[in-house]
Amino acid sequence: MAESAQRSVRIEKHPILGDLPSTEEVTIYFEGKALKARAGEPIMSALVAAGVGVFRYTKKGLPRRMFCGIGRCTDCIMNVDGVPGVRTCVTEVREGMKIERQIGNGSWKVQKDEEAGNAAQ
Amino acid sequence: MQPSSKPTVVIGAGPAGLCAAIELKKAGAPVILMDENAKPGGQLFKQIHKFFGSKEHKAGVRGFDIGNELLAESLQLGIDVRLNTEVVGFGKDHKVWAVENRSRSYIVDADRIIIAAGATENSLSFEGWTLPGVMTAGCAQTLINVHRVLPGKSVLMVGSGNVGVIVAYQLMQAGADVAAIIEAAPNLGGYGVHTAKIRRAGVPFFTSTTIIKAEGKESVERAVIANIDSRFVPIADTEKVLEVDTICIAVGLTPSIELASLAGCKMMYVSELGGNMPIHNEYMQTTDGSIYVAGDIAGIEEASTAMEEGRLAGIHAAWSMGYMSAKEMQSKTEQTRERLGALRQGIYGFKRYTAKERVVQRGMTK
Repeated sequence: MAESAQRSVRIEKHPILGDLPSTEEVTIYFEGKALKARAGEPIMSALVAAGVGVFRYTKKGLPRRMFCGIGRCTDCIMNVDGVPGVRTCVTEVREGMKIERQIGNGSWKVQKDEEAGNAAQ
Repeated sequence: MQPSSKPTVVIGAGPAGLCAAIELKKAGAPVILMDENAKPGGQLFKQIHKFFGSKEHKAGVRGFDIGNELLAESLQLGIDVRLNTEVVGFGKDHKVWAVENRSRSYIVDADRIIIAAGATENSLSFEGWTLPGVMTAGCAQTLINVHRVLPGKSVLMVGSGNVGVIVAYQLMQAGADVAAIIEAAPNLGGYGVHTAKIRRAGVPFFTSTTIIKAEGKESVERAVIANIDSRFVPIADTEKVLEVDTICIAVGLTPSIELASLAGCKMMYVSELGGNMPIHNEYMQTTDGSIYVAGDIAGIEEASTAMEEGRLAGIHAAWSMGYMSAKEMQSKTEQTRERLGALRQGIYGFKRYTAKERVVQRGMTK
Protein backbone atom coordinates (compact mmCIF):
# COMPACT_ATOMS: atom_id res chain seq x y z
CA MET A 1 0.00 0.00 0.00
CA ALA A 2 -0.53 2.99 -0.15
CA GLU A 3 0.51 6.53 -0.78
CA SER A 4 -1.61 7.56 -3.71
CA ALA A 5 -1.53 11.32 -3.85
CA GLN A 6 -4.91 11.25 -5.61
CA ARG A 7 -6.75 10.02 -2.53
CA SER A 8 -6.55 13.21 -0.55
CA VAL A 9 -6.03 16.84 -1.11
CA ARG A 10 -5.46 20.11 0.70
CA ILE A 11 -8.49 22.35 0.49
CA GLU A 12 -6.88 25.49 -0.94
CA LYS A 13 -10.10 27.38 -1.64
CA HIS A 14 -13.29 27.22 0.39
CA PRO A 15 -16.61 29.03 -0.17
CA ILE A 16 -17.06 29.84 3.55
CA LEU A 17 -13.57 29.69 5.01
CA GLY A 18 -11.82 31.42 2.11
CA ASP A 19 -8.31 30.70 0.88
CA LEU A 20 -6.11 28.43 2.93
CA PRO A 21 -4.07 30.83 5.07
CA SER A 22 -0.35 30.55 4.55
CA THR A 23 1.51 29.23 7.53
CA GLU A 24 4.96 28.15 8.60
CA GLU A 25 5.99 24.76 7.24
CA VAL A 26 7.64 22.02 9.22
CA THR A 27 9.29 18.87 7.89
CA ILE A 28 8.27 15.54 9.36
CA TYR A 29 9.47 12.07 8.42
CA PHE A 30 6.99 9.31 7.67
CA GLU A 31 8.76 5.95 7.46
CA GLY A 32 11.95 7.87 6.70
CA LYS A 33 10.40 9.94 3.93
CA ALA A 34 10.36 13.74 4.37
CA LEU A 35 6.90 15.35 4.24
CA LYS A 36 5.85 18.97 4.48
CA ALA A 37 3.31 19.75 7.21
CA ARG A 38 1.57 22.93 8.35
CA ALA A 39 2.80 24.21 11.71
CA GLY A 40 0.16 23.67 14.38
CA GLU A 41 -1.70 20.87 12.62
CA PRO A 42 -1.90 17.34 14.00
CA ILE A 43 0.10 14.48 12.50
CA MET A 44 -3.15 12.96 11.21
CA SER A 45 -4.00 15.73 8.78
CA ALA A 46 -0.39 16.07 7.55
CA LEU A 47 -0.44 12.37 6.67
CA VAL A 48 -3.87 12.60 5.06
CA ALA A 49 -2.65 15.55 2.97
CA ALA A 50 0.34 13.46 1.89
CA GLY A 51 -1.99 10.65 0.83
CA VAL A 52 -0.99 8.15 3.51
CA GLY A 53 -3.74 5.56 3.44
CA VAL A 54 -2.73 3.27 6.33
CA PHE A 55 -1.54 4.53 9.71
CA ARG A 56 -0.99 1.17 11.38
CA TYR A 57 -1.63 -2.56 11.11
CA THR A 58 -3.20 -4.65 13.83
CA LYS A 59 -1.58 -7.80 15.18
CA LYS A 60 -3.57 -9.70 12.57
CA GLY A 61 -2.24 -7.46 9.82
CA LEU A 62 -5.44 -5.49 9.25
CA PRO A 63 -5.09 -1.85 8.14
CA ARG A 64 -6.28 1.09 10.24
CA ARG A 65 -6.29 4.83 9.60
CA MET A 66 -8.45 7.18 11.69
CA PHE A 67 -11.97 7.09 13.02
CA CYS A 68 -13.04 9.83 15.45
CA GLY A 69 -10.36 12.44 14.79
CA ILE A 70 -10.64 14.02 18.24
CA GLY A 71 -8.60 11.77 20.48
CA ARG A 72 -11.31 9.46 21.77
CA CYS A 73 -11.00 6.20 19.87
CA THR A 74 -7.23 5.48 19.42
CA ASP A 75 -7.72 4.16 15.89
CA CYS A 76 -4.99 6.48 14.57
CA ILE A 77 -2.17 5.59 16.97
CA MET A 78 1.34 5.40 15.54
CA ASN A 79 4.95 5.30 16.66
CA VAL A 80 6.12 8.90 17.06
CA ASP A 81 9.78 9.61 17.87
CA GLY A 82 10.11 6.10 19.19
CA VAL A 83 7.00 6.14 21.36
CA PRO A 84 4.19 3.74 20.40
CA GLY A 85 0.48 4.37 20.87
CA VAL A 86 0.57 8.11 20.16
CA ARG A 87 -2.81 9.52 19.08
CA THR A 88 -1.87 11.24 15.84
CA CYS A 89 -5.15 13.14 15.62
CA VAL A 90 -4.37 15.21 18.75
CA THR A 91 -0.57 15.37 18.55
CA GLU A 92 0.83 18.40 16.76
CA VAL A 93 3.62 18.07 14.21
CA ARG A 94 7.08 19.21 15.23
CA GLU A 95 10.11 19.89 13.05
CA GLY A 96 12.07 16.69 12.50
CA MET A 97 9.39 14.42 14.01
CA LYS A 98 9.80 10.77 13.05
CA ILE A 99 6.55 8.94 12.46
CA GLU A 100 6.24 5.25 11.76
CA ARG A 101 3.40 2.86 11.18
CA GLN A 102 2.69 0.84 14.26
CA ILE A 103 2.30 -2.95 14.07
CA GLY A 104 0.11 -4.40 16.81
CA ASN A 105 0.93 -2.77 20.13
CA GLY A 106 4.17 -1.35 18.75
CA SER A 107 7.45 -1.09 20.63
CA TRP A 108 9.46 1.49 22.54
CA LYS A 109 12.36 2.43 20.34
CA VAL A 110 13.43 5.36 22.53
CA GLN A 111 14.05 3.25 25.58
CA LYS A 112 16.08 0.71 23.70
CA ASP A 113 18.34 3.41 22.28
CA GLU A 114 18.85 4.89 25.74
CA GLU A 115 19.56 1.50 27.20
CA ALA A 116 22.06 0.90 24.42
CA GLY A 117 23.62 4.27 25.18
CA ASN A 118 23.86 3.48 28.88
CA ALA A 119 25.38 0.11 28.15
CA ALA A 120 28.00 1.76 25.96
CA GLN A 121 28.96 4.09 28.78
CA MET B 1 -20.53 35.01 54.10
CA GLN B 2 -16.82 35.03 53.29
CA PRO B 3 -16.40 33.79 49.71
CA SER B 4 -14.26 30.70 49.29
CA SER B 5 -10.71 31.25 48.09
CA LYS B 6 -10.50 27.80 46.57
CA PRO B 7 -11.00 27.74 42.80
CA THR B 8 -13.70 26.17 40.74
CA VAL B 9 -12.22 23.79 38.22
CA VAL B 10 -14.06 23.71 34.90
CA ILE B 11 -13.20 20.65 32.83
CA GLY B 12 -13.53 21.08 29.08
CA ALA B 13 -13.07 24.36 27.19
CA GLY B 14 -15.86 23.85 24.67
CA PRO B 15 -18.94 26.09 24.49
CA ALA B 16 -20.33 24.91 27.86
CA GLY B 17 -17.05 25.08 29.77
CA LEU B 18 -16.08 28.46 28.33
CA CYS B 19 -19.44 29.99 29.28
CA ALA B 20 -19.31 28.47 32.78
CA ALA B 21 -15.82 29.88 33.33
CA ILE B 22 -16.84 33.28 31.96
CA GLU B 23 -19.82 33.53 34.38
CA LEU B 24 -17.64 32.55 37.34
CA LYS B 25 -14.88 34.97 36.46
CA LYS B 26 -17.37 37.81 35.88
CA ALA B 27 -18.72 37.18 39.39
CA GLY B 28 -15.19 37.43 40.77
CA ALA B 29 -14.77 33.75 41.64
CA PRO B 30 -11.40 32.09 41.11
CA VAL B 31 -11.63 29.65 38.22
CA ILE B 32 -9.31 27.28 36.38
CA LEU B 33 -10.41 26.03 32.97
CA MET B 34 -8.73 22.79 31.87
CA ASP B 35 -8.77 21.09 28.49
CA GLU B 36 -6.83 18.12 27.21
CA ASN B 37 -6.55 19.64 23.75
CA ALA B 38 -3.89 22.03 22.50
CA LYS B 39 -6.56 24.56 21.54
CA PRO B 40 -9.72 25.68 23.31
CA GLY B 41 -13.17 25.79 21.70
CA GLY B 42 -14.10 22.12 21.77
CA GLN B 43 -15.94 21.22 18.59
CA LEU B 44 -17.06 24.79 17.83
CA PHE B 45 -14.32 25.48 15.31
CA LYS B 46 -15.49 22.79 12.93
CA GLN B 47 -19.04 24.20 12.85
CA ILE B 48 -18.99 26.45 9.81
CA HIS B 49 -22.76 26.58 9.32
CA LYS B 50 -25.04 29.26 10.70
CA PHE B 51 -26.74 28.54 14.00
CA PHE B 52 -30.49 28.55 14.58
CA GLY B 53 -32.53 30.42 17.17
CA SER B 54 -33.06 34.11 17.75
CA LYS B 55 -30.46 36.87 17.86
CA GLU B 56 -29.67 36.28 21.54
CA HIS B 57 -28.79 32.73 20.59
CA LYS B 58 -26.33 33.88 17.97
CA ALA B 59 -28.64 32.73 15.20
CA GLY B 60 -27.13 33.35 11.79
CA VAL B 61 -23.66 33.37 13.32
CA ARG B 62 -21.32 30.57 12.34
CA GLY B 63 -19.92 28.22 14.99
CA PHE B 64 -16.30 29.25 14.57
CA ASP B 65 -17.22 32.91 14.98
CA ILE B 66 -18.97 32.08 18.25
CA GLY B 67 -15.83 30.20 19.29
CA ASN B 68 -13.67 33.22 18.54
CA GLU B 69 -16.02 35.52 20.48
CA LEU B 70 -15.94 33.26 23.54
CA LEU B 71 -12.15 32.97 23.38
CA ALA B 72 -11.79 36.74 23.12
CA GLU B 73 -14.07 37.20 26.13
CA SER B 74 -12.22 34.65 28.25
CA LEU B 75 -8.91 36.21 27.27
CA GLN B 76 -10.16 39.68 28.16
CA LEU B 77 -11.39 38.44 31.53
CA GLY B 78 -8.02 36.83 32.16
CA ILE B 79 -9.33 33.35 32.81
CA ASP B 80 -6.67 30.80 33.81
CA VAL B 81 -6.95 28.43 30.84
CA ARG B 82 -4.76 25.35 31.06
CA LEU B 83 -4.46 23.52 27.76
CA ASN B 84 -2.84 20.13 27.13
CA THR B 85 -4.13 19.32 30.60
CA GLU B 86 -6.04 16.12 31.19
CA VAL B 87 -8.09 15.53 34.29
CA VAL B 88 -7.53 11.87 35.11
CA GLY B 89 -9.28 11.48 38.45
CA PHE B 90 -10.49 12.97 41.70
CA GLY B 91 -9.30 12.72 45.28
CA LYS B 92 -11.30 13.13 48.46
CA ASP B 93 -13.16 16.42 49.01
CA HIS B 94 -13.10 17.51 45.36
CA LYS B 95 -9.41 17.34 44.71
CA VAL B 96 -8.82 17.38 40.98
CA TRP B 97 -5.96 15.29 39.63
CA ALA B 98 -4.55 16.79 36.43
CA VAL B 99 -1.76 15.75 34.09
CA GLU B 100 -0.11 18.49 32.06
CA ASN B 101 1.59 17.75 28.73
CA ARG B 102 1.44 14.06 29.58
CA SER B 103 4.44 14.59 31.83
CA ARG B 104 3.60 16.60 34.97
CA SER B 105 0.93 15.57 37.42
CA TYR B 106 -0.58 17.84 40.05
CA ILE B 107 -3.59 18.21 42.34
CA VAL B 108 -5.93 21.19 42.61
CA ASP B 109 -8.01 21.54 45.76
CA ALA B 110 -11.28 22.67 44.17
CA ASP B 111 -14.31 24.23 45.82
CA ARG B 112 -16.64 23.44 42.96
CA ILE B 113 -16.16 21.31 39.85
CA ILE B 114 -17.97 21.84 36.57
CA ILE B 115 -17.62 18.93 34.17
CA ALA B 116 -18.20 19.90 30.54
CA ALA B 117 -16.53 16.91 28.91
CA GLY B 118 -18.79 16.79 25.86
CA ALA B 119 -19.70 13.68 23.94
CA THR B 120 -18.37 10.88 21.78
CA GLU B 121 -19.78 9.97 18.39
CA ASN B 122 -21.48 6.61 18.17
CA SER B 123 -20.08 3.86 16.09
CA LEU B 124 -21.85 1.35 13.89
CA SER B 125 -20.47 -2.09 13.32
CA PHE B 126 -20.84 -3.73 9.92
CA GLU B 127 -18.57 -5.90 7.83
CA GLY B 128 -15.50 -3.85 6.92
CA TRP B 129 -16.21 -1.01 9.36
CA THR B 130 -12.59 -0.88 10.53
CA LEU B 131 -11.23 -0.31 7.01
CA PRO B 132 -9.37 2.97 6.41
CA GLY B 133 -11.93 5.28 4.83
CA VAL B 134 -14.66 4.54 7.37
CA MET B 135 -14.84 7.36 9.91
CA THR B 136 -17.28 9.33 11.99
CA ALA B 137 -18.92 12.34 10.36
CA GLY B 138 -17.26 14.52 12.99
CA CYS B 139 -13.84 13.19 12.00
CA ALA B 140 -14.43 14.17 8.38
CA GLN B 141 -15.76 17.55 9.54
CA THR B 142 -12.64 18.18 11.62
CA LEU B 143 -10.39 17.24 8.71
CA ILE B 144 -12.10 19.46 6.15
CA ASN B 145 -13.04 22.51 8.23
CA VAL B 146 -10.26 22.72 10.80
CA HIS B 147 -7.28 21.07 9.13
CA ARG B 148 -8.30 21.75 5.52
CA VAL B 149 -7.70 18.29 4.06
CA LEU B 150 -10.17 16.09 2.21
CA PRO B 151 -10.19 12.53 3.53
CA GLY B 152 -11.67 11.18 0.27
CA LYS B 153 -13.32 12.04 -3.01
CA SER B 154 -16.62 10.21 -2.87
CA VAL B 155 -18.61 9.79 0.30
CA LEU B 156 -21.50 7.70 1.60
CA MET B 157 -23.13 9.34 4.63
CA VAL B 158 -24.79 6.92 7.06
CA GLY B 159 -27.43 8.81 9.04
CA SER B 160 -29.72 11.65 7.98
CA GLY B 161 -29.84 13.57 11.26
CA ASN B 162 -28.45 17.10 11.55
CA VAL B 163 -24.86 15.94 11.79
CA GLY B 164 -25.28 13.75 8.70
CA VAL B 165 -26.86 16.37 6.46
CA ILE B 166 -24.69 19.26 7.68
CA VAL B 167 -21.42 17.37 7.30
CA ALA B 168 -22.51 15.96 3.92
CA TYR B 169 -23.10 19.51 2.68
CA GLN B 170 -19.80 20.68 4.13
CA LEU B 171 -18.00 17.80 2.40
CA MET B 172 -19.44 19.08 -0.88
CA GLN B 173 -18.33 22.62 -0.03
CA ALA B 174 -14.86 21.18 0.52
CA GLY B 175 -14.88 19.55 -2.91
CA ALA B 176 -16.03 15.96 -2.33
CA ASP B 177 -18.92 14.15 -4.01
CA VAL B 178 -21.61 12.75 -1.75
CA ALA B 179 -22.93 9.59 -3.38
CA ALA B 180 -25.90 9.18 -1.04
CA ILE B 181 -27.26 9.71 2.45
CA ILE B 182 -28.87 6.61 3.95
CA GLU B 183 -31.23 6.43 6.92
CA ALA B 184 -32.37 3.30 8.76
CA ALA B 185 -35.61 4.94 9.92
CA PRO B 186 -38.50 5.38 7.47
CA ASN B 187 -38.25 9.18 7.87
CA LEU B 188 -35.41 11.67 7.54
CA GLY B 189 -33.99 12.95 10.81
CA GLY B 190 -32.50 16.39 10.18
CA TYR B 191 -33.83 19.95 10.16
CA GLY B 192 -35.70 20.71 6.95
CA VAL B 193 -33.44 23.61 5.97
CA HIS B 194 -30.28 21.50 5.94
CA THR B 195 -31.99 18.48 4.40
CA ALA B 196 -33.53 20.53 1.58
CA LYS B 197 -30.25 22.24 0.81
CA ILE B 198 -28.43 19.00 0.14
CA ARG B 199 -31.38 17.48 -1.70
CA ARG B 200 -31.41 20.52 -4.01
CA ALA B 201 -27.72 19.86 -4.64
CA GLY B 202 -28.78 16.53 -6.13
CA VAL B 203 -27.73 14.12 -3.39
CA PRO B 204 -30.05 11.08 -3.17
CA PHE B 205 -31.55 10.09 0.18
CA PHE B 206 -32.46 6.46 0.87
CA THR B 207 -34.72 5.83 3.87
CA SER B 208 -35.33 2.41 5.47
CA THR B 209 -31.84 1.61 4.27
CA THR B 210 -28.73 0.37 6.04
CA ILE B 211 -25.13 -0.35 5.19
CA ILE B 212 -24.38 -4.04 4.75
CA LYS B 213 -20.63 -3.85 4.25
CA ALA B 214 -17.61 -1.84 3.24
CA GLU B 215 -15.30 -3.53 0.77
CA GLY B 216 -11.73 -2.88 -0.24
CA LYS B 217 -8.25 -4.27 0.20
CA GLU B 218 -6.42 -1.67 2.27
CA SER B 219 -9.08 1.02 2.22
CA VAL B 220 -12.72 1.50 1.25
CA GLU B 221 -13.36 0.92 -2.45
CA ARG B 222 -17.13 0.45 -2.35
CA ALA B 223 -20.10 0.20 -0.01
CA VAL B 224 -23.03 -2.19 -0.18
CA ILE B 225 -26.38 -0.87 1.07
CA ALA B 226 -29.79 -2.56 1.29
CA ASN B 227 -33.38 -1.85 2.25
CA ILE B 228 -34.57 -2.97 5.67
CA ASP B 229 -37.99 -3.96 6.89
CA SER B 230 -39.88 -2.52 9.86
CA ARG B 231 -37.83 -4.71 12.20
CA PHE B 232 -34.58 -3.32 10.68
CA VAL B 233 -33.80 -6.65 8.99
CA PRO B 234 -32.21 -6.34 5.51
CA ILE B 235 -34.56 -7.35 2.67
CA ALA B 236 -33.14 -9.89 0.21
CA ASP B 237 -32.28 -8.75 -3.32
CA THR B 238 -32.43 -5.03 -2.51
CA GLU B 239 -28.66 -4.57 -2.34
CA LYS B 240 -27.04 -1.67 -4.14
CA VAL B 241 -23.32 -1.08 -4.64
CA LEU B 242 -21.95 2.45 -4.30
CA GLU B 243 -18.45 3.26 -5.56
CA VAL B 244 -17.14 5.37 -2.68
CA ASP B 245 -13.77 5.76 -0.96
CA THR B 246 -15.16 7.20 2.26
CA ILE B 247 -18.00 6.15 4.55
CA CYS B 248 -19.05 8.63 7.22
CA ILE B 249 -20.98 7.46 10.27
CA ALA B 250 -23.48 9.95 11.69
CA VAL B 251 -25.60 7.84 14.03
CA GLY B 252 -25.74 9.99 17.10
CA LEU B 253 -23.57 10.78 20.09
CA THR B 254 -23.18 9.52 23.64
CA PRO B 255 -22.41 11.77 26.63
CA SER B 256 -18.78 11.40 27.79
CA ILE B 257 -19.62 10.54 31.38
CA GLU B 258 -16.33 8.93 32.47
CA LEU B 259 -15.20 11.76 34.75
CA ALA B 260 -18.64 12.33 36.29
CA SER B 261 -18.85 8.62 36.89
CA LEU B 262 -15.39 8.58 38.53
CA ALA B 263 -16.52 11.47 40.73
CA GLY B 264 -19.44 9.38 41.94
CA CYS B 265 -22.28 11.31 40.30
CA LYS B 266 -25.41 9.19 39.94
CA MET B 267 -26.54 8.43 36.40
CA MET B 268 -29.78 7.86 34.57
CA TYR B 269 -30.54 6.51 31.11
CA VAL B 270 -32.35 8.87 28.75
CA SER B 271 -32.50 7.53 25.21
CA GLU B 272 -33.60 10.86 23.65
CA LEU B 273 -30.51 12.54 25.08
CA GLY B 274 -27.96 9.92 24.03
CA GLY B 275 -27.91 7.34 26.82
CA ASN B 276 -26.45 7.39 30.32
CA MET B 277 -25.90 10.83 31.76
CA PRO B 278 -25.41 12.42 35.17
CA ILE B 279 -28.66 13.24 36.97
CA HIS B 280 -28.81 16.99 37.50
CA ASN B 281 -31.22 19.65 38.74
CA GLU B 282 -32.29 22.86 37.02
CA TYR B 283 -29.05 24.55 38.14
CA MET B 284 -27.01 21.75 36.51
CA GLN B 285 -25.97 20.45 39.94
CA THR B 286 -25.35 16.70 40.02
CA THR B 287 -26.19 14.36 42.90
CA ASP B 288 -22.89 15.59 44.40
CA GLY B 289 -23.93 19.17 45.21
CA SER B 290 -20.44 20.56 44.55
CA ILE B 291 -20.18 19.05 41.09
CA TYR B 292 -22.02 20.47 38.09
CA VAL B 293 -22.36 19.24 34.53
CA ALA B 294 -23.11 21.26 31.39
CA GLY B 295 -23.32 20.72 27.66
CA ASP B 296 -23.38 17.39 25.86
CA ILE B 297 -22.35 15.43 28.96
CA ALA B 298 -25.71 16.48 30.42
CA GLY B 299 -27.57 15.15 27.37
CA ILE B 300 -26.82 15.55 23.67
CA GLU B 301 -28.15 18.84 22.34
CA GLU B 302 -26.46 21.67 20.51
CA ALA B 303 -23.67 24.18 21.02
CA SER B 304 -26.21 26.94 21.69
CA THR B 305 -27.90 25.01 24.51
CA ALA B 306 -24.50 23.92 25.84
CA MET B 307 -23.51 27.56 26.22
CA GLU B 308 -26.65 28.38 28.22
CA GLU B 309 -26.21 25.32 30.44
CA GLY B 310 -22.62 26.38 31.08
CA ARG B 311 -23.90 29.79 32.17
CA LEU B 312 -26.48 28.19 34.50
CA ALA B 313 -23.77 26.10 36.16
CA GLY B 314 -21.33 29.01 36.44
CA ILE B 315 -23.94 31.36 37.90
CA HIS B 316 -25.16 28.87 40.49
CA ALA B 317 -21.63 27.81 41.46
CA ALA B 318 -20.62 31.48 41.91
CA TRP B 319 -23.64 32.10 44.15
CA SER B 320 -23.09 28.91 46.16
CA MET B 321 -19.56 30.06 47.04
CA GLY B 322 -20.72 33.52 48.10
CA TYR B 323 -19.71 35.48 45.00
CA MET B 324 -23.21 36.55 44.02
CA SER B 325 -26.34 37.63 45.87
CA ALA B 326 -29.37 35.33 45.79
CA LYS B 327 -31.29 38.01 43.94
CA GLU B 328 -28.68 38.36 41.23
CA MET B 329 -28.35 34.60 40.89
CA GLN B 330 -32.10 34.21 40.53
CA SER B 331 -32.47 36.94 37.97
CA LYS B 332 -29.50 35.72 35.88
CA THR B 333 -30.73 32.14 36.11
CA GLU B 334 -34.21 33.20 35.02
CA GLN B 335 -32.87 35.05 31.97
CA THR B 336 -30.68 32.12 30.98
CA ARG B 337 -33.53 29.68 31.43
CA GLU B 338 -35.76 31.76 29.19
CA ARG B 339 -33.20 31.64 26.39
CA LEU B 340 -32.79 27.92 26.96
CA GLY B 341 -36.54 27.42 26.77
CA ALA B 342 -36.67 29.26 23.46
CA LEU B 343 -33.94 26.99 22.09
CA ARG B 344 -35.94 23.91 23.04
CA GLN B 345 -38.98 24.75 20.95
CA GLY B 346 -40.18 23.10 17.75
CA ILE B 347 -40.67 19.39 17.22
CA TYR B 348 -37.02 18.46 17.79
CA GLY B 349 -36.55 20.91 20.64
CA PHE B 350 -39.69 19.80 22.41
CA LYS B 351 -38.57 16.19 22.52
CA ARG B 352 -35.36 17.30 24.19
CA TYR B 353 -37.27 19.65 26.47
CA THR B 354 -39.52 16.92 27.85
CA ALA B 355 -36.56 14.54 28.25
CA LYS B 356 -34.62 17.24 30.11
CA GLU B 357 -37.63 17.85 32.36
CA ARG B 358 -37.54 14.17 33.33
CA VAL B 359 -33.87 14.43 34.28
CA VAL B 360 -34.43 17.59 36.31
CA GLN B 361 -37.36 15.94 38.12
CA ARG B 362 -34.98 13.17 39.22
CA GLY B 363 -32.33 15.77 40.03
CA MET B 364 -34.66 17.74 42.30
CA THR B 365 -35.60 14.67 44.32
CA LYS B 366 -32.18 12.94 44.13
